[in-house]
Parts: sequence; structure tokens; C-alpha cells
Amino acid sequence: MSQEFFIQGNEACAKGALRAGCRFFAGYPITPSTEVAETLARELPKVGGSFVQMEDEIASVGAIIGGSWGGTKSMTATSGPGLSLMQENIGYAFISETPIVIVDVQRGSPSTGQPTMAAQGDMMQARWGSHGDYEPIALSPSSVQEFFDFTIKAFNLAEQFRTPVFVMADEIIGHMREKIVVEDDIEIIPRQMPEDKDNYLPFKNVENGTNPMPAFGEGFNIHVTGLTHDERGYPDTNDPETHNDLVQRLCDKVLNNCDKICSVKSKSCEDADIIIISYGAPVRSAIEAVSVARSEGKKVGYIKLDTPWPFPEEEIKNLSSNASDIIVAEMNLGQMYYEVDRVLPNDVNIHLIGKIGGLMPTPDEILSKINEIGGN
Amino acid sequence: MSSDENKFTPYMRKDRLPHIFCPGCGNGTIMNAFLKGMEKAEMDFDNIAMVSGIGCSSRIPGYMNCDSLHTTHGRALSFATGLKTANKSLDVVVFTGDGDCASIGGNHLIHAARRNINLTVICINNNIYGMTGGQISPTSPKGSFGTTAPYGNQDTPFNLAELVAAAGATYSARWTTIQIENLVTSIKDGLKNPGFSFIEVVTQCPTYYGRKNKLRTPTAMVAIMKANTIFKSSADRMRERDLEGKIVVGEFAKKQKAEFTENIERISEEKFGNKTVINSAYETEL
Repeated sequence: MSQEFFIQGNEACAKGALRAGCRFFAGYPITPSTEVAETLARELPKVGGSFVQMEDEIASVGAIIGGSWGGTKSMTATSGPGLSLMQENIGYAFISETPIVIVDVQRGSPSTGQPTMAAQGDMMQARWGSHGDYEPIALSPSSVQEFFDFTIKAFNLAEQFRTPVFVMADEIIGHMREKIVVEDDIEIIPRQMPEDKDNYLPFKNVENGTNPMPAFGEGFNIHVTGLTHDERGYPDTNDPETHNDLVQRLCDKVLNNCDKICSVKSKSCEDADIIIISYGAPVRSAIEAVSVARSEGKKVGYIKLDTPWPFPEEEIKNLSSNASDIIVAEMNLGQMYYEVDRVLPNDVNIHLIGKIGGLMPTPDEILSKINEIGGN
Repeated sequence: MSSDENKFTPYMRKDRLPHIFCPGCGNGTIMNAFLKGMEKAEMDFDNIAMVSGIGCSSRIPGYMNCDSLHTTHGRALSFATGLKTANKSLDVVVFTGDGDCASIGGNHLIHAARRNINLTVICINNNIYGMTGGQISPTSPKGSFGTTAPYGNQDTPFNLAELVAAAGATYSARWTTIQIENLVTSIKDGLKNPGFSFIEVVTQCPTYYGRKNKLRTPTAMVAIMKANTIFKSSADRMRERDLEGKIVVGEFAKKQKAEFTENIERISEEKFGNKTVINSAYETEL
């Protein structure tokens, strides 16, 4: 028996987190994400979970990394200014291979910007915000249902790859209300406790699988550090090979599994001359624009990036192999546009509808771009 | 135990020795005092998890054979807050320094104290940034020299044990590496206190503080610390201006107050009949 709810996006995110097994949330109030924290403050005590309002966003990520090593699936939610503050500790989560989920409900930026208006200006902050080389995983919901589904997926991916995972929502999806359907049988990936206490190596390379992760207090006596470390976790900061092996392995565990992580949805791309690429709220306009254009006999399709990171390069190349023109519709001045431009051949024309100010590109704006290009 | 082994060696990761601390550093003395206090408190060492930030003092957990989380600069207390909240049955000990917890981590320090979360914090205060090479810290005495205060430090230092007591900690004490028995007792009391416990240990850094302040040998540093130490009971009767440059040692807070993770569980229990779940990440069905 599935259940139906008519709820807000941020509430659906909190509901998804609970369904995924999240029992610890630490966060700091920030518009337009605060309802995620408020919902979990109300709901976590009902299931024996813990909610902590931290002193700032730096502490929030620190706390959820601590919570994760304490044996609990842990999450925080924020918006752009908070995500900026979180970056150093997010890098710590990467190098220490700590599963956590970071929800970013994006708003107008830079700086304090437009707290109550939508944007997608943090996409590159999710990609490159912390110092050093790493490969993030990020999901972008375009509906309240997806905010629920993708939050669960984020927890599953975090456990599967022992890595932080971003849910890159936006104010529109965070604050809109829609019906969601919650199925009974949703796949939840639990953490694996290692078995052999004497020979367990917390940071060793595991091809095609997940290195189990013990909770503190279970007798594994492991050392977790943000310093470059060997597979025991012991610092080894002067050997170039150790550093190269570690960082390369952390990147590879995501890059070599793109086929399992990357997800796009598409429609009418097979014969399309023009393809619209979008993610998050603008997907809704892209779907409408394609429907109108097709009814007018124009060969237009769309690709929706469920996972902007790792960038679904192969999927985009395959789906757009027959297109002459690509329109990237997003709520920033071209953050994912440059990624699309990077991966597609030079003879494909890439157009940007980069809209800032708080509103998303409309179907009409996309249709006029299609007409301008001369779709037929 | 072979003859060259200290009686505390079994608590250490022998495969990580020798350690990186300089000759004459107080960290070894403090580790020793910690383990003594831990035994006196009759703690189960296997149930201890250590958390630290960045700096010389924060390297201590890496040498201890227990679960240890060596985190980012200044943030140890926020990681420790999450760890303790996720599993309140753990005895969480934080090793930090003056730069780590009083400068970059100052906000986390006062908030952890305000929450009265059951953590035991050993703050090793050497009045200088040792790991980065001798810059002044928020506890450097007025007039002392560091690489970033070549003409003498003009800032007023923090009184950490008092600051933390004022912020709401239920146990706060300060000692130096000279009053070992008092330090051991405070560590014991801090570990047993079911709330936020802060033990500041003023210590010598001959390598940087000493070199910059014409106190080149550990013995010269220890001698000056000894000469400047005043017990709190005496200091309480002295005027503030007479206490400038002195190290006041003793207990600054010792009281009882509801504890943070107990409060979380109490709400779950009273309102919804639930205990806080532990190790739930490993469950398929919750």
C-alpha cells in the first residue's frame, strides 16, 4: 500500500531523510531551507533520533561527520551562504570517507543576495567549493516527489560510496507544494559493520564494492584524520605516492562508477534537432516547451540532469548525437552551460538561457529561443 | 611488559611511535597525567573516543589506541558534539590547544560549554602556535614575543578557564605541567562529571615560546611558570592589577546542571516513549 501526501518540498526532503534512516540532523537556520530543520526538529524525537541546532554551519557539518562516525546516518540542510561556510569540513568528509548528506536549497546569490528567491548559483560550489581534488555526487530534484526520492537516493549513495552527497534543490522546489506518493518498498542501503577487528583497514581500496565502516565504540580503534593517510588511517604527509594514491582512489571510486551513479531522464531526443538541458525547477519549463514545440511539429527534446555531479558526460553525448543545437536553461549565468560546452563536439551550437533574479526560465522564453534558433 | 615499557604503553598505538613532539614539550607529561586520571576515574578505556582539532596538542589522540577523530582546525568540539549526540554511551574526550579552541574554535567552545554536553576537554595552553612556528595566540601574555608579534604582543589574553565557566560549563579547572597531582585529580573529576568539563593545562613550549621569549630551556620555562603560579584561593583575595601575568590555578566551576544529550533523550522518552537509537545506520528497517 502506497501513501499519498500533499506537502511542501522541504517537508518532503525531511520525510525522505527519515525514510532513509537519518537519525541525526545538525543545522543552522537559513532561508529558504529552514523548514527541513523545523520538520526534523519535530519528527526526529518521535523515532529516537536527535536534532541539534548548531552555532553555525561550520559546526553543523562537523557535527554530522561526528554523528556519522557515531554510527548514525546524518544530514544537514542549508542555502548558499551556509554552504560557503561548510566547505572546509565537506573536504574533510571527502578525505575521511564519511557518508553524510548535505541539502542545499539554493537562493539568489552571491553573498546574502535574495534570501527568498530561487537560484541555481551554487552548482559550482558543490563541484569545487572545498580545496583540493575530489569528485562530488549531487542530485537535483525538479519536483516535490523528487525531493523526497532524491534525498533517499542521496543517503543510499553516501553509504554505497562512503562519501558526502549533495542534494542541490532550489527555492522553488523547496517551497512549492505538490502531491507525493510514498511506496512501501523503497530500497534503503544500510551501513556494513566490518567483521575482522584485527585485520580491518578502514581506508583501503575496495574495487566494486564498499569498504565497511565501523562505528566508534565497537572496538576497531581506528584513527580518522584529514591529513593524507595510509590505509590504516595513519598520517603520512610527506610521501608523494601515498597522497597520489589516496586522492586518485577517492576520485576513482566515483568516476569509475559513473554508470551506477549518473542519472538523466530524457524525452524526444532521438530525432531532435534542438535539445534543452536543465535540472531542478527549470526542468518543468523545459518539459512544457518541448510539448508545445512538438505540437507545432518542431523536432525538440529535453535532457534532465538528475545528477549534475558527476557530470553525466556519456549520457549527454549519446542522447544529443543527432542534435545541431543545445539550449541549457538554468538559474545562473551559465554554470552547467560550460560543462555541456566542454563535452559536446565543436559543431554543436550551445545556447544559454541563464536567468537570475529569482524566477526560473519560462516555457515561453525557451520557445522563443527555439524559434530564434529556427527549429523546424 | 618489557622493562623499557611505560606502564601506559598498552594504551598507545605502538606502531605510531616515536611521536612528533619536541624535546622538553609538555604534551608527554599531560598524556601521562591523562592516563593516570583515567585510571583513577576507573574509566573503561575501550569506551573512550578521542576527538581533536589541529595543532601539536591535537596530535595526541593519534597516538592513543582508541577510536580517534583528528578533525579540522578549531572544529573538534562540533565533531565531538555530533559523535556524543549520536552515541551518548561513549566517553568522548577532546584534546585541543589555545589557538585551536580559543581562537578559530572560540565560538564552538562557548556553545559546547553553554549546552553542558558531556565531553571532557583537555586544553593544552602553551600560549603560542607551535605547529605553524611560533605565532602569538589568544592566550599569549601581554608583551610576549612571537613571530607575528616581533615588537611584543599588545593584546589582552583570554582567561580560558574563567571564560568557559562563565559560558556554562559544569566543571572548569586550570593547572600547569608542574601541579601534576592536581591535574590528575581534575582529569579524574572531569571524566566523571556528567557534563561539560574543561581542563586547561598551561604548558611549556621551549621550541617556540621559549626561543622567542629568552626562555630557551624547558627548565627555564618551568621555573618561570612556577614563579608565576598562584592558587585560586590566594588569587581570590588579590587585586586584579596584581594578578597581571600570573597563572591562577585551581577549579573555576564545579556544579551540577542538566546535560545536553540527556535532555534530548528525556524529550523523546517523555513525549514519545523512545530511547535515543544507537548505531541505527546499520539497520535495514527502522
